[in-house]
Amino acid sequence: MNTSGEQRGARPSGSVAADEAAQPLSGRRSPTWHRGRGHPTSEGPSSGVALGDTSAGPLVRPYTMTGGRTRPSKGPRLDLVTIVVAAAGDEEREREPEQQAIVRLCRRPISVAEISARLDIPLTVVRVLLGDLLAEGDVRTRAAMTQLPEKKVLQAVLDGIRRL
Amino acid sequence: MASADSETRPQEAIPHAVKIIVAGGFGAGKTTLVGSVSEITPLSTEEVMTEASYGVDDLGGVEDKNTTTVALDFGRITINPDIVLYLFGTPGQDRFWFMWNELAEGALGAVVLADTRRLDTCFHAVDFFERRGVPFVVAVNRFEGSTAYRREEVREALDVPSEVPIIMADARERESCKEVLVELVTHVIRGRSPVMSG
Repeated sequence: MNTSGEQRGARPSGSVAADEAAQPLSGRRSPTWHRGRGHPTSEGPSSGVALGDTSAGPLVRPYTMTGGRTRPSKGPRLDLVTIVVAAAGDEEREREPEQQAIVRLCRRPISVAEISARLDIPLTVVRVLLGDLLAEGDVRTRAAMTQLPEKKVLQAVLDGIRRL
Repeated sequence: MASADSETRPQEAIPHAVKIIVAGGFGAGKTTLVGSVSEITPLSTEEVMTEASYGVDDLGGVEDKNTTTVALDFGRITINPDIVLYLFGTPGQDRFWFMWNELAEGALGAVVLADTRRLDTCFHAVDFFERRGVPFVVAVNRFEGSTAYRREEVREALDVPSEVPIIMADARERESCKEVLVELVTHVIRGRSPVMSG
């Protein structure tokens, strides 16, 4: 589904060199080479994204990463903003490339949504892969809040925004 | 068991994440607003939905296929070492309502970005947040060539109660977007305060 079909955003957000955005889906030497910019945003494709590069991406391959599973078998619910961090000292284990890339990204705490965007793997697939990593003890998570945060947190957010 | 090294993190060091939703019609400037305050260039993540996930959503006009992809744009603001704020733009098209529930879950609050040339495009968002009890503010994005409306005209058109702040904004301006977020969080805090009499 091409979400850019109806109307383009008036202002492309930021400028990304065409060669960066147009890189093929292969060669994931660096897990962060793709900044998730190859997809149309809800307001149209990012600037510099080559035509034909804005498709939804491969739909089959992601699910081969998960053995056809579309949801994690067990474990905690993984929200868009559940924060994931790699378990210390666990970087060397042999894993599938995608899982390895996730663990590498998680050396610093990072949200589920950001893992998906940076590795250009759909959320559903990221959740399944993370479920496996969690089961193996390779990553830890901090669940997203399901209730409104306490006032102390809200005040900190307010102060943080004012400082921007 | 690994011993301490430079990469070691204390077990409790995983930050909290909080999220704010930025909603509005297609092309209202949601991603622009996110980009104006985010510390990273807005990212886009996608969810692949299978037909079973649609539930009762209106599928009229959707091509005949089993999966569809929804792109979500978001940005990040690190508040302090323990709190990270994420700003999520809602999918611009109505048929992606199923993503809204997930976005709303645990959200601190929402900004409804209104485009005065097409005010009706944010009716849905206002309805949704009211129904879900998600606190929100309305930010009226100024577009060149759009008629300048007064706050009260917008309030009336959107039929939002007087306690909901309405802010005139420019999604391209960082300061303006900060002001919108400050209004929102202040509004949220006010709503949480124990009953204030008078």
